[in-house]
Amino acid sequence: MAYDEVLSRFDPVLGLEVHVELNTNTKMFCGCRNEFGGEPNTQVCPTCLGLPGSLPVLNAVAVESAMRIGLALNCEIAEWCRFARKNYFYPDMPKNFQTSQYDEPIAFDGYLDLELDDGEIVRVGIERAHMEEDTGKSLHVGGATGRIHGAEHSLLDYNRAGVPLIEIVTKTIEGTGARAPEVARAYVTALRDLLRALGVSDVRMDQGSLRCDANVSLKPLGRKEFGTRTETKNVNSLRSVERAVRYEMTRQGAVLAGGGEIVQETRHFQEADGSTSAGRRKETSEDYRYFPEPDLVPIAPSREWVEKLRGTLPEMPWERRKRIQADWSLSDAEFRDLVNAGAVELVASTVDAGASSAEARSWWVSYLTQQANNREVELAELPITPAQVARVISLVAEGKLTNKLARSVVDGVLAGEGEPDEVVDKRGLAVVSDDGALTAAVDEALAANPDIAEKIRGGKVAAAGKIVGDVMKATKGQADAKRVRELVIERCTV
Amino acid sequence: MPNISRDEVAHLAKLARLAVTDDELDTFAGQLDTILSSVARVGEVAADDIPPTSHSVPLTNVFRADEVRQGLTQAEALAGAPAAEDGRFRVPRILGEEQ
Ligand SMILES: [Zn+2]
Repeated sequence: MAYDEVLSRFDPVLGLEVHVELNTNTKMFCGCRNEFGGEPNTQVCPTCLGLPGSLPVLNAVAVESAMRIGLALNCEIAEWCRFARKNYFYPDMPKNFQTSQYDEPIAFDGYLDLELDDGEIVRVGIERAHMEEDTGKSLHVGGATGRIHGAEHSLLDYNRAGVPLIEIVTKTIEGTGARAPEVARAYVTALRDLLRALGVSDVRMDQGSLRCDANVSLKPLGRKEFGTRTETKNVNSLRSVERAVRYEMTRQGAVLAGGGEIVQETRHFQEADGSTSAGRRKETSEDYRYFPEPDLVPIAPSREWVEKLRGTLPEMPWERRKRIQADWSLSDAEFRDLVNAGAVELVASTVDAGASSAEARSWWVSYLTQQANNREVELAELPITPAQVARVISLVAEGKLTNKLARSVVDGVLAGEGEPDEVVDKRGLAVVSDDGALTAAVDEALAANPDIAEKIRGGKVAAAGKIVGDVMKATKGQADAKRVRELVIERCTV
Repeated sequence: MPNISRDEVAHLAKLARLAVTDDELDTFAGQLDTILSSVARVGEVAADDIPPTSHSVPLTNVFRADEVRQGLTQAEALAGAPAAEDGRFRVPRILGEEQ
């Protein structure tokens, strides 16, 4: 069904669940290393493998991170809460249950304000943020697609089992109409920026350290009751969040308009064509037989502890953006371009490393953005640091590099040739700043072009361009053209 | 008093991934009923002034420092596995299910 037609008949209703893996040193309940990408089953112990006789002990830093996330999301922090066992039988959980908070989350009832592309602010309510543990990773062998259907057997790696996970659940998001997909994307973006500022997670959607499940339902216009919802999983990028919500809206609209019913189920997002496909019917929460975890004692954070953590909250991304925009005296439009290019933090770090904001901004939004586009990567993924960019800028300011040479230095850094100063040495890129050498080159060029030299002497300064060009050629572009021009005129007026 | 039906036993068996025959459904329904009835007697002595208890010791806030501790090697981890392949636990495929 066409998107506009869906909106003419229905109100989209959203609920977003974001799982974020914490970047603690160790897992939630054991001392195993919490690190992405290790050899399979090398970051495991009796506790996270669910071997008999092992006992979990809660990671203090994970608890603090959970509370800081809750505080940053304007949540209440529970005075007392417990873990529960969520029982299900599936090989990704070797214990046959997941240790998770259930009806007593550590943080609840908050909100997050987000800014849409045109500057409109939307407040999304936060239902709760609770602690749980991640599952192992399954590899399905034998099926054509690597999916479970048709698989002969599955192979399990439990390095990820027990990694601290915070699940952040929004309240129902209603009344956003046509902007629902955009709101979903803006929410995950704002949450990612917030978590990054808190320093509690790597927030890499591509590596699964930030994952979003999107609950979508449609409500006929003017009705009060919600429709049946679906939960789309496997949404692994910000763009996919927007596409998945939009796809579910049009799919559900078509089903409902055709007199059909929406089935409450898990659906899988297909990155290739932006569609969703039916997965398993949802087990009801009753089926999980939740009960309080007897092996972990309750958590009762003192109010002093909570206030101490509140004091550790960093400047929030939106406050930081407001301050930066004012510091750099940028218009809303200029600043939004910077935001949309993903350059704000990079420019800010470059300024922190000593560059002027104008120079830093110019490098990141023009030359480096171009390089990122050529390589088809995000700006932040370019193999150059803000400190390195700042160094290049200062070399130009000191007159040791021309802008053209500076670009070569940046190319060298991007090519993995080392720090800017090393690239200057290795590629022999330093500006020829020795006036003696330059003067000799200027004299040589004047001697080779006596007619032009005569014109300059006669006051036709514009003719100097040819001489400057020759000198630049002779010095392989490594002279400061402005200085060369000065010298040419100097030599012709003595 | 609990009264466990055959259908409930069948549902539980499905959740627990257990294959249960028709005869066993009747047997287990009766046995589970007896067990639950016995446990339910605890409720008879619980008065309003006794809060539900999940932990028998009055402890809270037991935490561990976030420090890495040596776990098992891959070989140790897989030593007790019925089957392993490529450093991973090998398990039979799970029919019609996807997490
Ligand atoms: Zn472990």
